[in-house]
Amino acid sequence: MKNAVGREIPDFLLKDGREVYQGKNYMDGKYIQKASPRTRRYEKPQESKIVETLADALRQCGAKSGMTFSFHHHLRDGDYVVNMVMKAAIEELGLDELTIAASSLGNAHDPIADYIEQGKVVGIQTSGIRGRMGEVVSAGKLRTPAVIRSHGGRPRAIEGGEVHIDIAFIAAPTSDCVGNCRGIGGKSNCGSMGYAMTDAKYADHVVVVTDCLVDFPNMPASVEAIDVDAVVVVDSIGNPKKIASAAARISQNPRDLMMAEDVARVIAATPYFKEGFSFQTGVGGPSLAANLFLEKYMDERNIKMGWAIGGICGPMVELLKKGKVGKVIDVQDFDLDAVNSINQTPNHFEMSASQYANPANKGAFVNKLDFVVLAALEIDTGFNVNVLTGSDGVLRGAPGGHPDTAAGAKCCIIVTPLIRGRMATVCEHVVTVTTPGDCVDVLVTDYGIAVNPLRGDLIECLDKAGIKHVPIEELKEKAYSLVGRPDDLQWEDKVVAVLEARDGTILDVVRKIKPYTLEQE
Amino acid sequence: MIPRPRPERFRLRRTMMFMNAQKPGLIKDAYIYGCDSIMLDLEDAVAENQKDAARFSLYHALKTIDYGETEVIVRINGLDTPHWQEDIRVCVAGGADGIRIAKCESAQDVLTVEKAVEAAEEEFGVEKGRTLLMAALESPKGILNAYEICAASPRMFGVAISGGDFRKCMQTTPQRDGVDMLAARGQMLIAARAAGIQCFDTVFTNLDDQEGFEAEVLQNKAMGFDGKSLINPKQIRFVHQVFAPTEKEIRQAEKIVRAYREQSAAGVGVFTVDGKMIDIAFIPGAERTLKLARACGLWEGDLV
Amino acid sequence: MEIKKPAIAGTLESSDAQVAVEPAEDGIELYLESSVMNQYGRQIKATVLETLERLGVENARVTVVDKGALDCTIKARVECAVFRSCDASAANIPWGGVVR
Repeated sequence: MKNAVGREIPDFLLKDGREVYQGKNYMDGKYIQKASPRTRRYEKPQESKIVETLADALRQCGAKSGMTFSFHHHLRDGDYVVNMVMKAAIEELGLDELTIAASSLGNAHDPIADYIEQGKVVGIQTSGIRGRMGEVVSAGKLRTPAVIRSHGGRPRAIEGGEVHIDIAFIAAPTSDCVGNCRGIGGKSNCGSMGYAMTDAKYADHVVVVTDCLVDFPNMPASVEAIDVDAVVVVDSIGNPKKIASAAARISQNPRDLMMAEDVARVIAATPYFKEGFSFQTGVGGPSLAANLFLEKYMDERNIKMGWAIGGICGPMVELLKKGKVGKVIDVQDFDLDAVNSINQTPNHFEMSASQYANPANKGAFVNKLDFVVLAALEIDTGFNVNVLTGSDGVLRGAPGGHPDTAAGAKCCIIVTPLIRGRMATVCEHVVTVTTPGDCVDVLVTDYGIAVNPLRGDLIECLDKAGIKHVPIEELKEKAYSLVGRPDDLQWEDKVVAVLEARDGTILDVVRKIKPYTLEQE
Repeated sequence: MIPRPRPERFRLRRTMMFMNAQKPGLIKDAYIYGCDSIMLDLEDAVAENQKDAARFSLYHALKTIDYGETEVIVRINGLDTPHWQEDIRVCVAGGADGIRIAKCESAQDVLTVEKAVEAAEEEFGVEKGRTLLMAALESPKGILNAYEICAASPRMFGVAISGGDFRKCMQTTPQRDGVDMLAARGQMLIAARAAGIQCFDTVFTNLDDQEGFEAEVLQNKAMGFDGKSLINPKQIRFVHQVFAPTEKEIRQAEKIVRAYREQSAAGVGVFTVDGKMIDIAFIPGAERTLKLARACGLWEGDLV
Repeated sequence: MEIKKPAIAGTLESSDAQVAVEPAEDGIELYLESSVMNQYGRQIKATVLETLERLGVENARVTVVDKGALDCTIKARVECAVFRSCDASAANIPWGGVVR
């Protein structure tokens, strides 16, 4: 069945009330029944919940084959916990048929690709999928299609019972002996633990894995002891160098800076750019650099930013410290400047993924955003964005908060170079739709700006400000004139990943890619 | 194939950005940053054993990439190398707008290149005289011979000083106030103006020293340069800002050109604008100001 | 042109391609590896074969490692490798002739 972004969704996926994507805000006003976990009572006073090994913790929580384990990705490419837990479960306890439900997975998790090939891991639910795991899933080696959700879609699915977590594993930079966890104060600090919060509340069992045990009570706790079954102390939960870079530097790349400047010009040309405006930006080169130019416009007009959310890094913290933004609220932190500031600098707070972006609760932060500036792997002439699959059809990205913020913000700006190497970023049809075109308002490239025709009001604003823009088709043609029109990708029938819209309907599927070989004509 | 229009000998050349002709990622769209000219480099940026590869790369770039309004100049290898003749062949065959003669020291150097260019135009069926020339002065001898170099050929559109080599010859290093090259810059400017061609300053290589860069650009403008060579796109904006005419200059130029048209139609040669006496000698300058203003996006009119 | 000895041109940098040619006896043997294989593999193959044909190369083993180069770069690298293999890359290139 074809959905609202023109993607054919196979019928076998449309069961148990599952629908195809119908457009923005389709689920608004509907009721959901929240799921509740079946958790164990610890009535008798306990000195400590520390258990010796991960295997012991798994046994204590009744780990069995066929279960779903959840993880969060605040340790990013430095994470050791996913691999450690899966190794204990599969190699020590001999479990199989396992499903991993992670807020994201990355290059750090290459070893899991082996477990997929061996059939030990049969299900993946995640926002991001990259590296070897992306390759083996794209090659059709995972038994069930991977389920890809946005950062807001994930807590929605967990709270609504679509994902039932048997055991949640919390990678904790610090924990006390009963499982009060924080993202700071240890040796592998990550700052906010926002993605782990829903897991801890809705999982049947919760195991904290830490490399820094601190005195009870570890307060204020991001994950509370009242939800935790066991605490395991390991040598190291991650590589600090890869968890948070020393400082996210603003790009010096002239192309990035040129685009960032245009982003700021567009922002300053809209009516939402006024005292107290709200803002989120990605950490990609041109997105982050937009901060720099935006500050100039704020100074010029003598206005301040009301609040900023997102994955946060140094440049935003600096604005907070300079008093140019009222409050900063993080679901994740990307560099040490942010890690060292959250819950320390006044008005710098932590929030859960649900609070950040869940479309099924009563009002997430993203819904109050004025601006979001985001990157894209591809964007097509319908303004649909792909941030999941490379233009070769292989899984190597993450919707993350992209679809949530794009849908919520009053003005969603995509900033991307027109071409990357020989890949046309602006194209006729994106490989996979991860953010529907009706959520995207403006495209800024190094070859020009395009505004979604749905936004006549913004077109007027840009015209009034004398900012040149062109139809997006023109940018696509320019891209193809540079790199040549690509051949259509060849697919097999097998669906390797299902992409859920943030509201839980099906936005797109990724099929198994048929690689081109020289023998083909 | 992208047919390039016939190059204009005198056009706006505030910024000339150097690009290694051997790097496909760089040259494919260097024009997006809005510099007036790009300078594809076959000389210092290309290693000795890659000169051949750089020419193939350059040829196809010239033939395939639509550089639009941006002028495309190629810096060829010095006349003391085995490379320059083939460099000229590829420039002419590919249809470059102009050639920059490295290490030029005499009018004879210009004539030597001109002869090779003419032969190449003949060989490749390119309109005779199409390919423009500019000279880079990199030595004391080049500076002393600046006038004969500037006046050597009707193909010559400009002359530039190359600071790196020149300072070495003079046993000096870049100075904050520009005193190291003050005399050379001055002499070159005088020669260029006497010969009626354009004059460009050298690159500023310390990208971290924005303050020093800005001081140098301001001095360039004050000395009367037409533009500056650049090594990074982030330097473009400031040069364009500095070389842009002021609002007052634009209004004044507009008045002068308009008054001149009216008065000369009425047969009057000398007249006053805002109390200042104006004659035909003021017109080229006023017209240049208006063209510059239009290029800077500051003026929209049809007087020039 | 006859491939007389092994020669190579280009780099493995992004947006470039490295092309190696070696003597062979029985037609063109092409090996292609590309970061954009699924979308452009067919076109890269066609460009390489056309360029070789234009240069009159009938027998060669050609290895292309492409890092997302544009067509004009691929052509330039193939031509340079072929001319190098004949020790003819330094001067008197037939610009606009078989090189075009």
